[in-house]
Amino acid sequence: MIKRTIYFFNWVLLIGSTVIVCMILGVILFDIFSKGMPSLTWNFISKLPTNGMTKGGILPAIIGTTLLTFITTIFAVPFGVACAVYLNEYARPSMLTNIIRASIRNLAGIPSIIYGLFGLALFVQAFRLGTSSLSAGLTLGLLSLPYIITTTEEALKRLPNSMREATLALGVTQFETIKDVVLPTALPGILTGVILTLSRAAGETAPILFTGVAFYINGVTTSINQEFMALPYHLYMLSTQHQSIEEVRPLAYGTAVVLILLVFMLNIIAFYIRFKQRARD
Amino acid sequence: MGTTRRENTDWILKQLFKTTGLVTIALLGGIFFMLLYNSFAFFSNINPIDFFTGVQWNPENVNGKYSIFPLLISTGLVSLGSMLIAVPLGIFTAAFLSELAPPKLQAILKPAIEMLAAIPSVAIGFLGIVLVGPGIAKIFGIQNGLNALNGSILLSVMALPTIITISEDAINAVPKSYREASLALGANKWATLFKVVIPAATPGLIAAVMLGLGRALGETMTVLMATGNAAALPRGFLDSVRTITATIAIEMGEVPYQTTHYFALFAIAAILFLITLSINLLGEYFANGLRKFHA
Repeated sequence: MIKRTIYFFNWVLLIGSTVIVCMILGVILFDIFSKGMPSLTWNFISKLPTNGMTKGGILPAIIGTTLLTFITTIFAVPFGVACAVYLNEYARPSMLTNIIRASIRNLAGIPSIIYGLFGLALFVQAFRLGTSSLSAGLTLGLLSLPYIITTTEEALKRLPNSMREATLALGVTQFETIKDVVLPTALPGILTGVILTLSRAAGETAPILFTGVAFYINGVTTSINQEFMALPYHLYMLSTQHQSIEEVRPLAYGTAVVLILLVFMLNIIAFYIRFKQRARD
Repeated sequence: MGTTRRENTDWILKQLFKTTGLVTIALLGGIFFMLLYNSFAFFSNINPIDFFTGVQWNPENVNGKYSIFPLLISTGLVSLGSMLIAVPLGIFTAAFLSELAPPKLQAILKPAIEMLAAIPSVAIGFLGIVLVGPGIAKIFGIQNGLNALNGSILLSVMALPTIITISEDAINAVPKSYREASLALGANKWATLFKVVIPAATPGLIAAVMLGLGRALGETMTVLMATGNAAALPRGFLDSVRTITATIAIEMGEVPYQTTHYFALFAIAAILFLITLSINLLGEYFANGLRKFHA
């Protein structure tokens, strides 16, 4: 009887924990959306900040984050996919591939602020790119690399070997097989991983702190060698650095809503691609 | 002739793909070298013994006090607190997901956990300021809720998805035969879970905790926003703390290039790098223990 009571108590623990985890998510979303939605007007997302950022919109931050994500994509996706192709298609298991895989796993565990320092030392200072969206985008690209490689490799692994053997038997070279058969077939899986990685990169703040993000930019710029505003940093700045924090709180909530909606939208696109692919298989 | 050209192209591209693999090694090496190089520059000015044993981080001082000790204690305190919350919550939730939840409920809960993982850290930090902070101030009757406890709560939220996902994999990896053997011996479902399945999944659960801890130790924005950032030795969870990550974030923007202070930030980053690297390697070691089930 006592044993039964103990086990019952344990059961309650399991259910209780799950309920708490769900409540955490619920509280986060409820608080941000209930207080942020009133700020979310068309003017808010289409206008420049005015009156020392106590009024107006967040258009430069939206554009900055979009530009940044674009630079990250151009740099990290081809590179990451190429590395995954090498690991899964060309290389035989060896000391070298073990070292490459270990490096990738360890890169994924490095704190994002250290990527920020590395971007500062490498892109801003050594390559003389200055504090710019190019430096920051490349830094985020480095941060994204391990995730893109890992998810792409998983997508490649799921393809049956018979597919590769069939084309090779036709006398087609390995690169042609990869270009015309392997990559197109694995595309949905690769896209899912890439989009999820980009949604993470878009929300990152620490790596862009010293590589180019700015407090305030007058007007809209899409130049890659200038400083920029970004949504996550804008939220940080409005909630800790602004001179009238209480007054701009609604704007901070609004920025949080836009940031979370952007990230969720990317996630939903990724889930949709994954769902379609599973339905097809 | 055409064939040869195609084969040449193939060979060249293969080397190109291989280069990208080598670059990932160079990237890890480059990050390590950059931290090491700048740390050496720092330790040529500052005695390493003072760095590790002093009690003050005060670079603005004329004599510049550079001791990592208070920052390490702060980082450790906040991360420890976050694990005290996230480990039981995460493992119990994972056990519920894999052992108890019907498939339909799983189909709702798993995306919910992925949603939690997708929320940017700066948004969690924001909630630390507007929601958790005032809550703590009210409950403990203190003026300001920006302290280690606040950071721990937020970091536990950041670490939860990692811990849940990997723990769930670990519990799922326990072979069905273990459960069947236990049930056949007359043990009920509960006893099977707590006496057989969870002990068998322990290496994987440790891996989950390690990777969650690695995440918490390296998190910057949430602790920067929610812990108050006082660079003094904390006496408890209700004290304001300043972690290694937050120190780098606050000071790197203002510090002049290649001064002792500049190098000092690289030195504390190097220590953080070594800590997270060891934690991740330890996690990987335990995760490999999982694979024996699949053999």
